[in-house]
Amino acid sequence: MYRHLFSRKNLGIPYALFLALFVMAPLFVLFYYAFTNGEGEFTVLNLTGFFTDPNTLGTLCYSFGIASVTTVVCLLMAYPVAYILATSKLRAKSVILMLFVMPMWINFSLRITALKEILTWIEGSLAYHPFLNTVLGMSYDFLPFMILPIYTTISKLDGALLEAARDLGAGNIQAFLKVTLPLSMPGIISGVSMVFLPAMTNYVVLDMLYNSTYIMGSLIGSYFAAYNWHGGSMIALILLGIVCLFTLFTRGIEEENTRGGMLL
Amino acid sequence: MIKKVWKSLVIVFILLFLYLPILVLMAYSFTDATNIGAIRGFSLHNYVTLFTTPELVHMILGTVVLALASALFATILGTLGAIGTFYSKKTMASAVTTMNQVPVVNADVVTGFSICILLVVVFGVSKDTFIPLIVGHVTLCAPFVFLSVIPKLKQMDSSIYEAALDLGATPFTALIRIVIPQIFPGIVSGFALAVTLSLDDYFVATYTKPATFDTISTYVVNATKGAQTTIKTALWALSTVIFLLVVLLTVVMNLRAGKGSQERSGV
Repeated sequence: MYRHLFSRKNLGIPYALFLALFVMAPLFVLFYYAFTNGEGEFTVLNLTGFFTDPNTLGTLCYSFGIASVTTVVCLLMAYPVAYILATSKLRAKSVILMLFVMPMWINFSLRITALKEILTWIEGSLAYHPFLNTVLGMSYDFLPFMILPIYTTISKLDGALLEAARDLGAGNIQAFLKVTLPLSMPGIISGVSMVFLPAMTNYVVLDMLYNSTYIMGSLIGSYFAAYNWHGGSMIALILLGIVCLFTLFTRGIEEENTRGGMLL
Repeated sequence: MIKKVWKSLVIVFILLFLYLPILVLMAYSFTDATNIGAIRGFSLHNYVTLFTTPELVHMILGTVVLALASALFATILGTLGAIGTFYSKKTMASAVTTMNQVPVVNADVVTGFSICILLVVVFGVSKDTFIPLIVGHVTLCAPFVFLSVIPKLKQMDSSIYEAALDLGATPFTALIRIVIPQIFPGIVSGFALAVTLSLDDYFVATYTKPATFDTISTYVVNATKGAQTTIKTALWALSTVIFLLVVLLTVVMNLRAGKGSQERSGV
């Protein structure tokens, strides 16, 4: 019997090796490159350079700005939709939910192209409102990632709690604020992390909508184009740090990651 | 009653936001207009261009082949990984699960860039071999296959496997005939997820692809900068085709899922 279990365990070895080689090793290499210069000598200049250069600091702030505004816009659009769908008794609600999920399966660059054509038509030129267009583009791209986790959390909510709140004298609004909203926090946090981090790095949306400002992802792109592996690695490492911080803060309260839940 | 109207309005408004651009582009793909807003006659020339320009056809086929190939590798690796991890000791299992989570939460830019550094800069693998690109996409997709198979393993009835062994099946036979069929829905949705992730990817591909090869994403992003009109409008036709395919697939999948749940509830 022990031998049998042993052989099943071994099936995981190729994948464990694969992860070690192509997920962990690249991160160590990134670390090495970030703290060395072209001659292979140890240096912290890449790090101090980032935090003393007003350009890169500005980029960091702008990324946070874009990402925060996008996240708030997505949340404001997604929460009502998720709430209405999760609490409705419509038989067609799974079809409607599917309609909100479907755009995720269409290539994002083609969807942004569509949005770009429409915005050009409405605004005359994209150059007038680069910030607005970027936020619209990112919200357009990431909205389903916000709707899905919030919907899942609200539909799992125990209805008895709401009834109890009503019995204890809470009005509709009070019951929503004191019961539904706090209990949907895991979904909200999951959605926020699905939107905020990509919004800091998806520089293609900016590029395609002719916003010439840089966000964190663009920096990696420009270092890559200049074959500057050391500078690029440092930016990647800083982004990785932000991801880690974010994960630490949200761990525990987060619903299971929903990029994997895209297929329902 | 008023509340109901409000609710429907919210839903319709957000759906319009998501679909209006695609639908308008779709309508315009059947005209010879070069800009949205211009009113022109019906024409299929965008579709002719799309399917007869070698550059476009190669790009589309390349993207599809890449997606299927990397999804296949990712599914094999991820499924075996999930089975192995499920039967491993706790420390090993949590190590693999943690490593698995890295590409899931990490920004794709960082994943792509770090794989490029490792393979191309450190090991000197040429991008023209397609190895960095395939490795990149498998790294991107396999963790999601892993994540969709693990829950199925947890739901599995382990006594059937034991029974098969007691009845004289070898562990290998029992794995193929008992475990795999039980987790098969997870494997299929993992594969489908892997295909869509690979099709949608821009960042990993930009950092790892050969200079002469383009996926739909990298091609579209470059084409919108160059603004060659015939190509631009042919891409509208491509959006339309992809949109219709997605709708078709969704409908088929839902019909089949509906049937499946009826059968299951009948048991």
